[in-house]
Amino acid sequence: MPKLNDASVGSVVTVQKLESTGILRERMLALGLTKGAKVEVIRKGPSGDPTLFCIRGAMIALRNEESSLIAVQI
Amino acid sequence: MGLTDQSMKSSALTDIFHIDKNDNEFVIALAGNPNTGKSTVFNSLTGLRQHTGNWPGKTVVNARGNYSHQGKDFILVDLPGTYSLFSSSAEEEVARDFICFGNADAVVVVADATCLERNLNLVYQVMELTDNVILCINLIDEARKKKIEIDAVGIEEDLGIPVVLCAARNGIGIAELKDMVYKVAMGEIKPTPRIVEYDADYEELIGSLVSVIGPAVKELLRNVNPRWAALRLTDGDEKFINTLTGHLPGYLQSAIEGILAESCFFKECKACGIYNSVYDKDKQAIRDMIAENTYRRIEEVTAKYVKTDTKKQYRDRMIDNYITSKIFGLPLMLAMLALVFWITISGANSLSELLSGFLFWVEDKLTVFFKHLDAPDWLHGVLVLGMYRTVAWVVSVMLPPMAIFFPLFTILEDLGYLPRVAFNMDHLFKKARAHGKQCLTMCMGFGCNAAGVTACRIIESPRERLIAILTNNFVPCNGRFPTLIAISAVFIMSLGSSGIGNRLLAVLMVSGLVVFGIAVTLAVSWLLSKTLLKGIPSAFTLELPPYRVPQIGRVLYTSVIDRTIFVLRRAVIAAAPAGIIIWILGNIHIGDLSLIGHAAGFMDPAARLIGLDGYIILAFILGIAANETVIPILLMSYLSAGAMTELSSIESLGHIFLDNGWTWLTALNTMLFSLLHWPCAATLLTIKKETGSMKWTVLSAFIPTAAAVLVCLTTTLIYKAINILL
Repeated sequence: MPKLNDASVGSVVTVQKLESTGILRERMLALGLTKGAKVEVIRKGPSGDPTLFCIRGAMIALRNEESSLIAVQI
Repeated sequence: MGLTDQSMKSSALTDIFHIDKNDNEFVIALAGNPNTGKSTVFNSLTGLRQHTGNWPGKTVVNARGNYSHQGKDFILVDLPGTYSLFSSSAEEEVARDFICFGNADAVVVVADATCLERNLNLVYQVMELTDNVILCINLIDEARKKKIEIDAVGIEEDLGIPVVLCAARNGIGIAELKDMVYKVAMGEIKPTPRIVEYDADYEELIGSLVSVIGPAVKELLRNVNPRWAALRLTDGDEKFINTLTGHLPGYLQSAIEGILAESCFFKECKACGIYNSVYDKDKQAIRDMIAENTYRRIEEVTAKYVKTDTKKQYRDRMIDNYITSKIFGLPLMLAMLALVFWITISGANSLSELLSGFLFWVEDKLTVFFKHLDAPDWLHGVLVLGMYRTVAWVVSVMLPPMAIFFPLFTILEDLGYLPRVAFNMDHLFKKARAHGKQCLTMCMGFGCNAAGVTACRIIESPRERLIAILTNNFVPCNGRFPTLIAISAVFIMSLGSSGIGNRLLAVLMVSGLVVFGIAVTLAVSWLLSKTLLKGIPSAFTLELPPYRVPQIGRVLYTSVIDRTIFVLRRAVIAAAPAGIIIWILGNIHIGDLSLIGHAAGFMDPAARLIGLDGYIILAFILGIAANETVIPILLMSYLSAGAMTELSSIESLGHIFLDNGWTWLTALNTMLFSLLHWPCAATLLTIKKETGSMKWTVLSAFIPTAAAVLVCLTTTLIYKAINILL
């Protein structure tokens, strides 16, 4: 299954499953990364990382390490 | 503030968060996501009468304030900004425990009108904890600008709690909010929250738990909602479950275990039979389900009551195309830094001259007055030449840059620029194996390193937090960068340069030093990650808040009153005794040398090795009380050695240094030493408090000092090499 860090800039993807655990999973859920949530890929940072996403109306930057833990449907 | 084993006694839980109040007073908690303007709501309600200096959006400790409304007094507690109450960080734990175990009469949840969907998550969580919730939808002016329409009445009916629309920065809705808080606290309005319903089989489990623990929870943990307690028994972390059950009688604990073991959610656990070692998988499934249900409910609410014009949402993205662009991002940041310093340096020069002119005129008058009284010379010396003159220097040299830099910095902060800096810089911090938010704590360090160290609480991982604490000092605080500005002028003088280019050169010099400080921060962070604090960077989520037009009036007010005056007061308090000591040391002679001369002479050989002199090192040592006093102390020391007696303008400051044998190397190394050396006493105390460890406190002084010596040694060697070659 593709991960959020595979999604290209400008695309809108749907969250399928979180593969993170513990505190990080909790934080992702709090930000609204629940199953079915739409995420828009806004831009990459100056060196390609982190990436900025629009999650439930908020601009959230995630490093590759985190976005690779979010399985999405592209 | 976490619930430790020692605080497991029944009373301790509620006591930690219990706020003393009398019958006429109400305790109101203010909760909300980060960046919702929660602190602005706090300030509007309390009229800025808060107890602690508060950094907008960075409330990492509970700030408290008071206000009166309709004859009642309200104690307002500003909780840390959190996305959730599931304790994924220390701040969330504080917020949760205060709402849970404190004695708040009502909780106001501040939500960002431009991002209501995400903000409502916390609202629903708080609604599960307590009935007395008021939703304050803030930044309604920004929402209108973005053509976001919010049906407050609809939301009020749907959620079952009072909703107030607010634009706290302009005072809009604050009166209504006060009325609503009053009514809810007095019991005139009884909110009836419509909480989220979860899957039927889970609700069944919760129902049976509530019927068992309900009476005991109500009796023993007054403020805790039994349903909420039951929910957390199924999904909470072990520590929290232990704390909860620790308060309940023993027979209940086995009953709880029985229910959980029977439940379809805990089949895997049936074998072991111990509920609090429930497989993480089960808890995870429950947490997922809870979050999904909550957000599904929120989607329904926002679909019905929030209308968004998507076209208007692109303003920020347009700006961000440049600010966080791959090509322009970093250069723009450097340009911004230089611009801030250019404004600061240009403005500070003339202001400094005005101030010093006035303050030294007063000194002359004081001298006349002392002569008139026939006061003894030593008294005049101690009070006027020692204390007054040092304080006058602190004020005239240090105040103007601060008074200009602080508001400029606050404007950038208000604008929402700082998180963009963190976004642009993150890849560097990642390479240094540090946390992305370290950048934000460094920004705080520009104001005051002690505040920067406290701000490190926003970093959850202990390893990265320690790195951020140990390196915060490499960002020049407001007490040090006036030093950098002043000495950069001396540096340029020492090069024999003059003319219009000077100011530009000074700006480049100071900006370059700041960039160098950042480079040292990254290098030391990397070194620490490879040695003392081994590890890989932990997870990081950074929110880029919408750009907001700064409130210039408020910026001026808060930065001048809150910060400048506060910092200046601290500096003057440190400078007054330092001035007296220096004067006495400079005027007591052993042989034909003053005590200062002896002390400086003692340190001189070592100081020369790193391109400084004994007086400079002495000034830095005595300046540990407050970095603002380093230059005044240095001037006093030189003057007491008899080089010069008059100081009429800031210009002549440079001449004093040059007369005392300064070269461009001395100036450069003094700046570098100031940038890198040990933290001031206040910062060291804060580090001790934050780390709770003597070892790290000592290291936090030792590491910067070692860096300072190493760098200064290198520049000295290069200087000598150049001299030999030329």
